[in-house]
Amino acid sequence: MKKLLILLSLAAMPVAGFAAGGEHAKLDAVKIDLSDKTSLQRGARIFVNYCLSCHSAAYMRYNRMGKDLGISEELVKDNLLFAADKVGDLMKAVMPAEEAKAAFSTVPPDLSVIARARKPAWLYTYMRSFYRDDKAPSGWNNTVFPHVAMPHVLYEWQGHQRAIFKQDGAFERFELVRPGSMSTEDYDKAMRDLINFLVYLGEPAKLERYQLGVWVLLFLAVFFVFAYLLKKEYWKDVH
Amino acid sequence: MLTNLLAWIDERFPLTKVWNEHLAEYYTPKNFNFWYFFGSLAMLVLVIQILSGLFLAMHYKPDTGLAFASVEYIMRDVEWGWLIRYMHSTGSSAFFIVVYLHMFRGLLYGSYRGPRELIWLIGMVIFVALMATAFLGYLLPWGNMSYWGAQVIISLFDAIPFVGPSLAEWLRGDFVVSDATLNRFFALHFFIPVIILPALVFVHIVALHKVGSSNPDGIEIKKKKGPDGKPLDGIPFHPYFTVKDIAGVAVFLMFFSAVLFFAPELGGWFLEPDNFVPANILQTPTEIVPLWYFTPFYSILRAVTTDMMRFGLLPFMAVVGGLAIYSVRDMMMRAVVAGATAAILLGLFMMEAKIWGVIMMGLSIVLFFLLPWLDRSPVKSIRYRGWMYKTALTLFSVSFVILGYLGTKSPEAISLFLMKNVYWVQIFTIVYFAFFLFMPWYTTLDKTKPVPERVTP
Repeated sequence: MKKLLILLSLAAMPVAGFAAGGEHAKLDAVKIDLSDKTSLQRGARIFVNYCLSCHSAAYMRYNRMGKDLGISEELVKDNLLFAADKVGDLMKAVMPAEEAKAAFSTVPPDLSVIARARKPAWLYTYMRSFYRDDKAPSGWNNTVFPHVAMPHVLYEWQGHQRAIFKQDGAFERFELVRPGSMSTEDYDKAMRDLINFLVYLGEPAKLERYQLGVWVLLFLAVFFVFAYLLKKEYWKDVH
Repeated sequence: MLTNLLAWIDERFPLTKVWNEHLAEYYTPKNFNFWYFFGSLAMLVLVIQILSGLFLAMHYKPDTGLAFASVEYIMRDVEWGWLIRYMHSTGSSAFFIVVYLHMFRGLLYGSYRGPRELIWLIGMVIFVALMATAFLGYLLPWGNMSYWGAQVIISLFDAIPFVGPSLAEWLRGDFVVSDATLNRFFALHFFIPVIILPALVFVHIVALHKVGSSNPDGIEIKKKKGPDGKPLDGIPFHPYFTVKDIAGVAVFLMFFSAVLFFAPELGGWFLEPDNFVPANILQTPTEIVPLWYFTPFYSILRAVTTDMMRFGLLPFMAVVGGLAIYSVRDMMMRAVVAGATAAILLGLFMMEAKIWGVIMMGLSIVLFFLLPWLDRSPVKSIRYRGWMYKTALTLFSVSFVILGYLGTKSPEAISLFLMKNVYWVQIFTIVYFAFFLFMPWYTTLDKTKPVPERVTP
């Protein structure tokens, strides 16, 4: 029941076509399930180990994440606290902003609400669309976000991709020129966990919101029945 | 004991008198239908907004360096902060939905007609104050759309000849939207809805209770009174309409909660994805658009191009002016109307499209104020009007919705069919204005049906 509601409300979300960048790329759908705690935990591990090196999630606290994802404070302290001293700290990037600016000529954006600014499908496709491009400063380019400053951080997992373009310059497909440590399926799964985590990170109270909403609507339905009966009773003598 | 206390109060404050005049003995037409729920619902939403806004203000920081983060702090670290924030964001859209339906009721049943012109005018002032409040509040999260939306709208004042640029600068408190702007917007976003709006609502209701409520038949229940001096078709507001409105509130809250708990962004219509990016002076959003409740007017602003003025507005205003000159009998008035028409036509030749866009957008709201005098029909309610008004109101409603929808899209894209959005917007802008400007004629010519003596169920 709970899962069904979550899926239903997620399906209802992309009602309007509000694209945020990369409009022309075809996006792959990704299954978001915030009640899948193990997926969220795997995503959190990838996020803290890799993304947080350069990106911040500076509106989020480590202990809040631990509490929501079912990771004890000790585990958070021992395994996830590379860039902070206290579990109550905000999740700030390891790399200082000035250094990042020097390295990438731009400060990597904060990722706290990135899944709300960009659709999950966009993020999921983006993370799987890096390809080798010798003309790019970092040696990497991306079909979803052309000329992005970010290099392919996870190339060791995914391997090297080559982009094949059609005659008219439109993107056709990727070709894996050098395999990484993960199979394509495993890499896709890891990225799904990461995006699932980013959706959680965008709004930690989301699951709680769905759960509370069911009770509120049930209460209102019961309240309406009594309010309606009261109205009928009073209006009996109005003709 | 309680009776004594009440007597003690009544000697010092007209408590029983007010209670009776405005609730227990305020006679209300018994034939109110669906459309009559939205007045009380608008009051409910105002209370929701003031209370949720109060708690948001306890945690929000009106500072360009802190504002965006403080909203996320509310969403994450403040107990129930997410609920309060979504109540407020969903409430702002709900406010406009309820108010637009409330105003549409007025168009359906002629609620703005005499003797209720003042109620309508005060209501329109409330609507303008509401728009100002929403515009001010939209800057506060300091997202990228907040920033660029405010930038675009304030720069409209630049279009005003001579004083425009200095006026825009005065409003911003800076040359661009900045910390000074954010701070004053926060102050005004508190002042207008908390002080001005409740005062206006109070006056709106005092005026309503002076003349009494209209109804779907558009007849005066006070004209048919029983031997006891009470209107035959009236029933006391309390308890009849208090219990009825409570049921209405329950239904409204179900819709409200469904959005709040399951889709607070409503696919980008209530909370835009671009506003989850912090304000960035160097990076404009792909398409700068206001939230849905402003887009009909925003469309009208964008509709006015040089071609639109020459081939759309010029002939349209010439026809309206010609009709007005022809219809006015008094020679003095005829000269005045002719002069005004000539001035408008000359203005369409001389002034730039940008200025006319602002004028037309302003006019699209000002014309609502004039409805009581534009409408010449002998009847009030749509039930007894002829095909002309029914057609006009349908076309107007369609144009309002389409202008609203296309206001969220790029003018150059094709979102409907056949033509670019800008052409559809221009056509429906003319339809929008035709509803108001031709109203004196089609409401006079329209064949009406006889109005009954008593209300019908």
